[in-house]
Amino acid sequence: MSEIFLFYLFGGLSVLMTLLMIFQTNPVASAIYLVGAFFGLAALYVLLSAPFVAVLQVLVYAGAIMVLFTFVIMLLNIRKEELVYDRVTWRKTAVVLTALFFAGFLIWHFLKIPVVPFAPVEEGFGEVHKVGRLMFSKYLIPFELTSVLLLVAIIGALVLGKKE
Amino acid sequence: MITIHHYLILSALLFTLGLLGVVIRKNLLIVLMSLEVLMNAINLLLIAVSRYLGRMDGHVVAFFIMTVAAAEAGIGLAIVVTLFRNRRTIKTTDWRIMGG
Repeated sequence: MSEIFLFYLFGGLSVLMTLLMIFQTNPVASAIYLVGAFFGLAALYVLLSAPFVAVLQVLVYAGAIMVLFTFVIMLLNIRKEELVYDRVTWRKTAVVLTALFFAGFLIWHFLKIPVVPFAPVEEGFGEVHKVGRLMFSKYLIPFELTSVLLLVAIIGALVLGKKE
Repeated sequence: MITIHHYLILSALLFTLGLLGVVIRKNLLIVLMSLEVLMNAINLLLIAVSRYLGRMDGHVVAFFIMTVAAAEAGIGLAIVVTLFRNRRTIKTTDWRIMGG
């Protein structure tokens, strides 16, 4: 089954890229790995028949947000000797164990959901037409409020970034 | 056969990895990137559940989460730039002005 193969390919890609991102000293390399993880997730969205969200994932996350991150990394221009301070300590080991426990807890709860194979979707599920219709009818007020949120974010970033 | 459990477990794994990155890293930029991973895990969960239920509400909510993530990245990076300008470091343990 090709769907299983694609799921494991792209799911494994995102998990691997996220792991590499976390255990990387150089922030530029981290940013590049994170772009890879976002691409894997976009492919998974296509598998879940959500093409609109997949396109947005590539445009907004892998495009805009990661460009912003790399831009700030270049702007800060951190020296290399400042970057070698993330050593493995007993505290970090404890944190990793707690995280594994947390993952097991989440998975244990998720496995209680009854196993039902995905039903075939209706025509145009997750495409721009249908999602847009839903967005501008049922979710009109939250959608308009996101524009206010973005305006607040722009003003906040300007005020924070301004010199005294 | 791929069921919803595959996607739920993948989402839990990604969420845990993001949480791990937020807690163990001291580089503030990588902490912010791990926050993005957390939001992506939630998005994957939403898309998988909307496929499971056959409704598209999850897609719209995932869109809203992306907007919030963009706003958060903008504000967070502005804060990082401001702090770096004042203290010349991006190590989280060097910023204990609130006693944390």
